[in-house]
Amino acid sequence: MKLNELTLTEVIAGLKEKKFSRVELVSAVLARINAVDQKLHAYLTLNENVLQEAKLADESGQEVLGIPVAVKDVLATQGLRTTASSKLLEKYVPVYDATVVGRLRKAGALIVGKTNCDAFAFGASTENSGYGPVRNPWALEKTPGGSSGGSAAAVAADECIFALGTDTGGSIRQPASFTNTTGLKPTYGACSRYGLLAMASSFDCPGPMAKTVEDCQIIFDLIKGKDPFDATSSDVVKPVLPQEKVTIGLPKEYFAEGIAREIREQVLEAAKFLEEIGYNVQEISLPNTGYAISIYYVLVPSEISSNMARYDGIRFGRERSSLEEEVKRRIMVGTYTLSAGYFDHYYLQASKVRTLIQQDFEMAFKEVDLLLGPVYPVLPFKLGEKTADPVAMYLADILTVSANLAGIPGLALPCGFTADGLPVGLQLLGPHFSEKLLFKVGKDYQALTDWHKRKPVV
Amino acid sequence: MAELSKEEVLKIAKLANLELSEGDVEKFQEQLSKILNFVEKNSKVDVQEVRPLFNVTARENIFREDEVKPSLSQKEALANASASYNGYFKVKAVFED
Repeated sequence: MKLNELTLTEVIAGLKEKKFSRVELVSAVLARINAVDQKLHAYLTLNENVLQEAKLADESGQEVLGIPVAVKDVLATQGLRTTASSKLLEKYVPVYDATVVGRLRKAGALIVGKTNCDAFAFGASTENSGYGPVRNPWALEKTPGGSSGGSAAAVAADECIFALGTDTGGSIRQPASFTNTTGLKPTYGACSRYGLLAMASSFDCPGPMAKTVEDCQIIFDLIKGKDPFDATSSDVVKPVLPQEKVTIGLPKEYFAEGIAREIREQVLEAAKFLEEIGYNVQEISLPNTGYAISIYYVLVPSEISSNMARYDGIRFGRERSSLEEEVKRRIMVGTYTLSAGYFDHYYLQASKVRTLIQQDFEMAFKEVDLLLGPVYPVLPFKLGEKTADPVAMYLADILTVSANLAGIPGLALPCGFTADGLPVGLQLLGPHFSEKLLFKVGKDYQALTDWHKRKPVV
Repeated sequence: MAELSKEEVLKIAKLANLELSEGDVEKFQEQLSKILNFVEKNSKVDVQEVRPLFNVTARENIFREDEVKPSLSQKEALANASASYNGYFKVKAVFED
């Protein structure tokens, strides 16, 4: 196996046992990028100094990671161009690191480059990128999902050992499920948003995207925790630890009509498998699910319109008219819904319904320990297939947005393939700060299945 | 089905500080109207007794000591400016003589 094909866990062990050097590891990753990224377009910017940094890490003799990470281009990296995949920031070079990036750097990780995504993370396919879309390593004419499609593709194609993404409405989980990789949307506040180019401040979550659940846990433990630069961040408070026999709930609203048959089948198979290996599985209801999208698309564009006001072309970036179309669209919606005379009808009302969504989860978690369901209602689609109708795209976020509305964590992992060889993923959702429980269930599943070990031929 | 008027779209664009072409205005008229009609179902939910959720993990009053800590230098702060002069950001004139 080539060094770039190893998991993070394997690399950590390999470096410790001096089986290979960091220079060899990084060289393998760079060679892979050279070989396939013309086709995939997962990266927007590469760190020219990474091989030199690897050499220094090898020579330092310290127990540092020295492991190559790809960072979604909405996270600030000091000295390395950060565009948010928008033309507006084509020349922007941050003078500081995002906290999650800084914590990885402190642990010794090496940044290979910045990955492509939908512009400002607005989208679910990377087709809204100002620099052209990313292609799915499993099927080049299809999308790897979004908005963290570049990070997902880079992990799936072994163009890095692990990556960072962000999830505001599903943008880690959905691309993970489209690319046969594993991704965690942490509890809101568990990972600092400082340095994350803000989309929707009460929703945004940076998080790990990697080859296994175990890898995601290692990364999460490095980046999580209170940050004085982010007043909404917190330490993992009162962690919900696994009890004796864990009960998994299947929300019936997540398996309704409109979910592709093959997805429903693979996910239910996985649930059955978990039952066979000792978990309780039962049906549960999240009755207000029908309002999740309609409130999400009031609240998020509203918060977007406020956060995007900073792009005035004065302190950084180009003129505002260089913003991409989807970006302008969401700014406009949000400007309207927050404007005088409309705030109560739109934003305030949606915020009240948001309480009901959170209460649905609170009620459910009185009966079960965690939830299991599909991540997206349709399989990876062809580039260009859904760009004509933005509203239709929005509707497909139905399975992911509720976790962001309630601030709860979600772990997406591979659970099978369709007859055509397209990956299918499932997600585990738990109460606030229950990441440990999600990791336990995920690791149990991955210990006895090998979907996640399959690799695409690029 | 309610449709936003051209004037409303132009007003939104002005509030959002976005320049729109003629074609853009028509396109956004249609798309924004569609989105706003879709979210209209929110107003049907009875939330009389429900408090709004703004703060998902219920953290309150996060304070820090009023101490000056290191920050960006002036040079760093200006590093990405489109135009600067003598350590200032240069902006379009606000006042006319």
